[in-house]
Amino acid sequence: MTPTRHGRHRFLAGAILPALALYAVFVLSPYAQAFYLSLTDWTGVSGQVNFVGLDNFTRLAHDPLFLAALRNNGVMLVVVPAVTIGLGLLLAVLVMFGGRRGSAIRGATSYQTAYFFPQLLSLPIIALLWQFVYHPNDGLLNGLLRGVGLDSLARTWLGDPHLALWAVMAVLIWSSVGFYMVLFAAAMGSIPTELIEAATLDGAGRLVTLWRIVLPLLRDTVQVAFVYLGVLALDGFAVVQVMTVGPGGPDNATEVIGLGLYRNAFTFSRFGYAAAMGVALFFLTLTLAVIAMRAGRKERVELA
Amino acid sequence: MRRAHAFLVAWALVVTLPLLWAVVSSLKTDREILTSPWTLPATPHFDNWSRAWNQAQIGRYFGNSALVVGGALLLTMALGATTAYALARYPFRGNRLIYFVFVAGLLFPVFLALVPLFFVVKQLGLLGTYPGLILVYTAYALPFTIFFLHAFFRTLPTALAEAAFLDGCSHWGVFFRVMLPLARPGLVTVAIFNFLGLWNQYLLPLVLNPDPDRYVLAQGLAALSVSQGYRSDWSGLFAGLTIAMLPVLAAYVIFQRQIRSGLTAGAVR
Repeated sequence: MTPTRHGRHRFLAGAILPALALYAVFVLSPYAQAFYLSLTDWTGVSGQVNFVGLDNFTRLAHDPLFLAALRNNGVMLVVVPAVTIGLGLLLAVLVMFGGRRGSAIRGATSYQTAYFFPQLLSLPIIALLWQFVYHPNDGLLNGLLRGVGLDSLARTWLGDPHLALWAVMAVLIWSSVGFYMVLFAAAMGSIPTELIEAATLDGAGRLVTLWRIVLPLLRDTVQVAFVYLGVLALDGFAVVQVMTVGPGGPDNATEVIGLGLYRNAFTFSRFGYAAAMGVALFFLTLTLAVIAMRAGRKERVELA
Repeated sequence: MRRAHAFLVAWALVVTLPLLWAVVSSLKTDREILTSPWTLPATPHFDNWSRAWNQAQIGRYFGNSALVVGGALLLTMALGATTAYALARYPFRGNRLIYFVFVAGLLFPVFLALVPLFFVVKQLGLLGTYPGLILVYTAYALPFTIFFLHAFFRTLPTALAEAAFLDGCSHWGVFFRVMLPLARPGLVTVAIFNFLGLWNQYLLPLVLNPDPDRYVLAQGLAALSVSQGYRSDWSGLFAGLTIAMLPVLAAYVIFQRQIRSGLTAGAVR
């Protein structure tokens, strides 16, 4: 494209190489090393690295803490995306089509503004806030329940092994619903109005229009949302680490893979073993993305 | 229709109540928080804020965050913009490969890199230093920045750049005098996202920044909440939480349209 070739190479080198060097040192090389480290018994003492093959992964398969983490992340992987996407879609539909004759509701922008804010806060801050909300005696949640006469529903939310994981998932959902609601609302806003009008002319009711026209057109967006939320559900580290007893408790009820990795590496100096957990997490994430993309490819809706 | 509003208002309460509760509690005495959780403070106790800022070191953490995020933001924008521009506007052998290598960084979980990254930073003598954090923050912010700006530079018209070349402008001259000013809206958007993302970092500082004097805000607050001395200081912790939320709230109030449309556009693309 450039009429001058003068200094082109020098320019390109100057523009790209600094970023590439930084990226190679702090991002590419750690990612690459992780795979090798996961096959060693490294404890952080240089010179004492033994190649142990797949030993770490065999140990992972029998590590009760890792299995608990896998189970909890699994539950989160099912619940968090499903509830977040469900609630997000419902709120988006109400905002975009809840008004007169299926138009946007009054105050649509204000609702979106309010809902979106938690997405911008960092998860440890959110976790700290919710630790107070869940506080058994003086917390907001039990206070509200007692205030409306539902004393019997008050619980030690984070101290009960049956409830703690749900309390954690509720926080993740609380913090992300707004973003996905805005995302879905934007996708709904880009659907041509003629399409909806045509359906209405053909006598389709609101629900039918929604189910047959709007939702199928949102398929790609929902798919992206599923991948993002899946990645969030496979993490959970910050919220669990800040909010739960132990952390990871009670009774490993909120143990997650990231927490086990952090603990093994930076508390117990089992760096090889921790790297193996990172590799396991990577393959879980990859599997999730591939499944989600495959599932989305099946029935494509053509908008032409 | 009324049911629609009822449901929307209910969710608005679910979202805002905990936040409002934290802000109101940050102005109360500990006694008031425990005995009358639903009332406004008799007199607003801004001394909670000054206690959190000074004694609980929130001020120091705030300064650390500002320094690290500010430095990383400048470096990210400088390196990200030049790289994205060069990759978007100059076809050369290996161009696609370099682009994909950068963008691949968006796909990998940071946990995978965590253990080796700790040792890379340690070996460079950068553990627990401001430059170390700035460089690492920048490296991890580059994929998104390049992905976003690459798409943006591609949409800019070529005619202006060509005219500038004919006028004898150098490659850097065209970049600084023509392309950067044209790309301003994109640069602003990506800078806002990077600010929010970097300000909210937790995992990286937790691992790479062990010196309590250099804690960033989220890290410092999380540490405070478990330290014996501050565990019962609810009003102080609420004040710290509120102080930590303020910059993000300010950014949101000022740039909310860019934030909402930009974030969703990035996700749909």
